[in-house]
Amino acid sequence: MGQLLLHGWKLISRGFSSLTPHPLRVCIVGSGPAGFYTAEKMLKALDGAEVDILDRLPTPFGLVRSGVAPDHPETKLSHLPETWKQIVVNQFSRVAANERCSFFGNVNLGTTVSLSDLCKMYDAVVLAYGAESDRYLGVPGEDLGGIYSAREFVWWYNGHPDCSNVSPDLKNTDTAVVLGQGNVALDVARILLRPINELETTDIAEHALTSLRESTIRKVYLVGRRGPVQAACTAKELREILGIKDLHVCIQKADLLTSAADEEELKKGRIQRRVYELFSKAATSHQQHDIVGQRELHFMFFRKPDRFLPSESGNTVSGVRLEKTCLKENGASGKQVAVGTGQFEDLKCGLVLKSVGYKSVPVDGLPFDEYRGVVPNMKGRVLSLDQAEHAIVEKGLYVTGWLKRGPTGIIATNLYCAEETVASILEDFKNGLLTPSSGSPKPGRQGLLQVLENKNARFVPFSGWEKIDTKERMEGELRNKPRKKITTWEELLLAVDG
Amino acid sequence: MSMLEAAHQNDIDLEGACEGSLACSTCHVIVMDVDYYKKLEEPTDEENDMLDLAFGLTETSRLGCQVIAKPELDGMRLALPAATRNFAVDGFKPKPH
Repeated sequence: MGQLLLHGWKLISRGFSSLTPHPLRVCIVGSGPAGFYTAEKMLKALDGAEVDILDRLPTPFGLVRSGVAPDHPETKLSHLPETWKQIVVNQFSRVAANERCSFFGNVNLGTTVSLSDLCKMYDAVVLAYGAESDRYLGVPGEDLGGIYSAREFVWWYNGHPDCSNVSPDLKNTDTAVVLGQGNVALDVARILLRPINELETTDIAEHALTSLRESTIRKVYLVGRRGPVQAACTAKELREILGIKDLHVCIQKADLLTSAADEEELKKGRIQRRVYELFSKAATSHQQHDIVGQRELHFMFFRKPDRFLPSESGNTVSGVRLEKTCLKENGASGKQVAVGTGQFEDLKCGLVLKSVGYKSVPVDGLPFDEYRGVVPNMKGRVLSLDQAEHAIVEKGLYVTGWLKRGPTGIIATNLYCAEETVASILEDFKNGLLTPSSGSPKPGRQGLLQVLENKNARFVPFSGWEKIDTKERMEGELRNKPRKKITTWEELLLAVDG
Repeated sequence: MSMLEAAHQNDIDLEGACEGSLACSTCHVIVMDVDYYKKLEEPTDEENDMLDLAFGLTETSRLGCQVIAKPELDGMRLALPAATRNFAVDGFKPKPH
């Protein structure tokens, strides 16, 4: 009798276990805001989901670590001891600490693991690796020394290990030209013009602080193809740069004249209205003579770069030839576009920073829209083209963040973006689209660990980042800064060992 | 107590990504009655900067973390904006099959 009951019980329990679905195993490539918000929402939505986050750097957090400008002001609210940047980092760290989540730093999609490897090991793979390249202007002289993308410059002063050796020469000139007027353009202009003592107590990379201390740059031009109505920066950032102490800001009143089409744009756009108002106020209030030795910020509108001019040596830049533009309405989109007028002028400078947009990098086996620089997708589900040029959904493959939307928005924009992609994943999971056809569950984390072991690849777990973090903060405390960044690959990996 | 804190204390799903430090617009709320909206102090430049970026902004929108409870606001009703996911689907047009 007892044995019969036991046998019956075993049968029942086996039945239950075959009914229990195996946990959904998700791999997210990229540990910036896109990756972390996706992980957070995934873990919250599914009790059993396991999420692994990969990053090619030993350090997590993407642009929160390497993009946010070091001088951005502390929170104004006295009851919060931390900056908002630290709040975001704390939030992401809590996600990494979840027992169903694991961080794998120093793992490169392409060289350490392939996309097809990941798809074999995980039920869902989410690509959140952002945009690590730049839009190219395609004008003569673009390869001259002294011309950098804003991304390289930002990575340089933020201590990104890929750009620690950029060494821009800030001593050969008194003028820098920034092409573009978005928030990143304002960031780089601001870092070039900030009084050095205000940078000393930030987490700006040491090598950048040294260069900036010796910098002879006193004039920065922010050049846009269109007018103040179309400027891409937002009010907060513009207000900040206009408020820098002892900075002479030059905005031509003539540039503030608006056409009927401009007025339409202002009517429809609250952001544009507030930005335009800031430009107007700045143009009138800074009319006094500039004080000798004062630093200058010039907003130049209606100018597009025609070519870069070489110095006598022939290999570095000595100026930019700009073509004056006017705006024409593009019937299709209703937007106004800048058109060259054939009038040129040369602007002397020794440093050029191109801030005309980031661009994503394609990966083997991943559909990619070369023109827009994003992965084709429908609500985060990756789309590819079949033989007959029909779009088909790539099962189990998703995108979020800049790789999905293009390089726009603020950190919080990724929150909504992640929600959309996670909703797609959940829907597909519910409809059985993510169950492996073979019937046996995919290996997930164990599979990844095996692949990494086979390749003798050394990954950095979250605890490894914590060692780097502790070291940076300790070194920072000695110098009255929040941290002293470690800026080379070797030293970062060494800190993980220590 | 701010409306964001009040929402969290009452298990209302209002996002507050930057935890009230005026660095995002995820706690965007719409004051349903204009009389109550007028009782609130004018938003600062910093709050307006973040409201600029909010989805579905209205004439009576505020950030929940900046609206502080006081007796005069008794009875105020706040609406959470509809989940408008303004992501332009990329220009890829899947052909009908």
